[in-house]
Amino acid sequence: MPEESPRIQYLSGKFGALILDSHALHGDETVVICREGLLEIVRSLKEDPQMDFDFLADITAVDYLGKKEPRFEAVYHLLSLQSHRRIRVKVPVPEDQPEVDSLTPLWKGANWLEREVWDMFGIRFRGHPDLRRILLYEEFRGYPLRKDYPVNQRQPLIPERPLAGTFVDTRSDNKLLQLKQKAEHKP
Amino acid sequence: MKPEPKELPIEPMDLQMGPSHPATHGTIKFNLKLEGEKVLACETEVGYLHRGFDKMSEQATWTQVIPYTDRLNYVSPLINNVGYALAVEKLLGVETPPRCQFIRTIMSEISRVTDHLTCCGMAASELGAITAGFYMIEARELLMRIIEAVTGARLTISYVRIGGLKHDLTPNFAEQVAQAFRKVRQLLSDCDKLLSRNRIFIDRMSNVGVISRETAIDYGLTGPILRSTGVNYDVRKANPYLIYDRLEFTVPLGTQGDNYDRFICRIQEIEQSMKIVEQALKNLPPGPISLDDPRVVLPEKEKVYNSIEGLMHHFKIIMEGIQVPPGEVYFPVEGGNGELGFYIVSQGGGKPYRVRVRPPCFIAMGAFHEMIKGYMLADIVPTFGMINMIGGECDR
Repeated sequence: MPEESPRIQYLSGKFGALILDSHALHGDETVVICREGLLEIVRSLKEDPQMDFDFLADITAVDYLGKKEPRFEAVYHLLSLQSHRRIRVKVPVPEDQPEVDSLTPLWKGANWLEREVWDMFGIRFRGHPDLRRILLYEEFRGYPLRKDYPVNQRQPLIPERPLAGTFVDTRSDNKLLQLKQKAEHKP
Repeated sequence: MKPEPKELPIEPMDLQMGPSHPATHGTIKFNLKLEGEKVLACETEVGYLHRGFDKMSEQATWTQVIPYTDRLNYVSPLINNVGYALAVEKLLGVETPPRCQFIRTIMSEISRVTDHLTCCGMAASELGAITAGFYMIEARELLMRIIEAVTGARLTISYVRIGGLKHDLTPNFAEQVAQAFRKVRQLLSDCDKLLSRNRIFIDRMSNVGVISRETAIDYGLTGPILRSTGVNYDVRKANPYLIYDRLEFTVPLGTQGDNYDRFICRIQEIEQSMKIVEQALKNLPPGPISLDDPRVVLPEKEKVYNSIEGLMHHFKIIMEGIQVPPGEVYFPVEGGNGELGFYIVSQGGGKPYRVRVRPPCFIAMGAFHEMIKGYMLADIVPTFGMINMIGGECDR
């Protein structure tokens, strides 16, 4: 077990029970925190001169379906422009209530990143000013980066025309297409 | 009786620019609110080129993801390859031989030059300076030929492997590079004469698309856009990887945070990148280009066909994939447009559990409305041009 970094020690001293876990695997300092404490802890990471993580590098999520409980994890990567240190903040998010606080009050850049997580994982961000899909279209159903979203699922906005003599994906487990074909066979 | 002169009603007009517009070299849509020609508000819509990079990567083995990374930022694909390979190697806990690191650095920097040349050349030609645009594309073509000679392809190169490279440089690589750089420098000096003090160009670029230092940091901008505001942040200096800590180069900084500064930053970075390539070529060590580890790198064909162990290692890597221990890493590299980060999660086994790319130009497009607010409709073209949005990377 490697020695804990002074920053993680400082954080666990300050927030105690809100910090669930911490590690520095491969040199990436990581804290796992309660989702109730997200805004408070990240604000302190940003504004506390001892931490000074003033740059939000990335927001993403991971779906640990069947591997971990709770199912989702929101992942934040912060950077200090002064010392060039990085820290990763992970927040477990349960499946039945996929919701975390938005970081848009702290960084405007969180806006698009959180919209992408909402789009791909269906995790809601409380307090987000404009939580809409970003890469996909509004009519899209489901969240494609969830592990239970089928890879071959197609959701065309305009019905696809079957073209005779061209490539047809027979492996497709496309439920929509199958349903449509069934409906067509029925007189 | 003379009628009273009425005040002309000024109502904001809604205008949709895109998704396919000749001045936006990528499929993107701007929903604009205009007052006359002034942009009051801009809402950016992205995602037209979304192909599900993350989802596809989860279906492939670790090695099979490499061709997908080519297609992220396809004007500097080598940097994507290198970033992904470095992230997986960090997770594996292996380090590649020195020659491999040198070659990766050289190829990344050549790629960066082509990226900047594409961006600046296109931006110039969109403003009517088509000559300068063609000069830069000619310079890019010279480097593309070198890339093609080494990797076998121009854009979708898939040159880097986890733990090494596809193959070594061509025998006369150093000469070719020296020759090409001589011509590139000549062309750049011509472009400098054409553009840097050109009244029309400066009027269109200077004090347009201004973003302050604080706003740039607030939005998480990186690369030339952040550096044009004077923030000295370059991943190559901040968190050095490969051999960047052993090389001498400077990070060009701007002051105004406008399009002209972004342009100058990129042009100066081209010179710095060429210097890096020359330094690295001078000190290029001999030796193997791939790790000597049969769990990570495919064995030579001779071993595969003549020994049972070789065949077994080959079979294992092809059929099962490289076995990467469970864990997670984030590895940032300096891409052409800024910090290109790979966040990779492994649950063990031959396939990635999650591959996330931090796309620099997606994040820059998130701040686009801020850059263009209050400027004219025509200012969208140079501002968008200097962001260098690459659909493949922005929409993944």
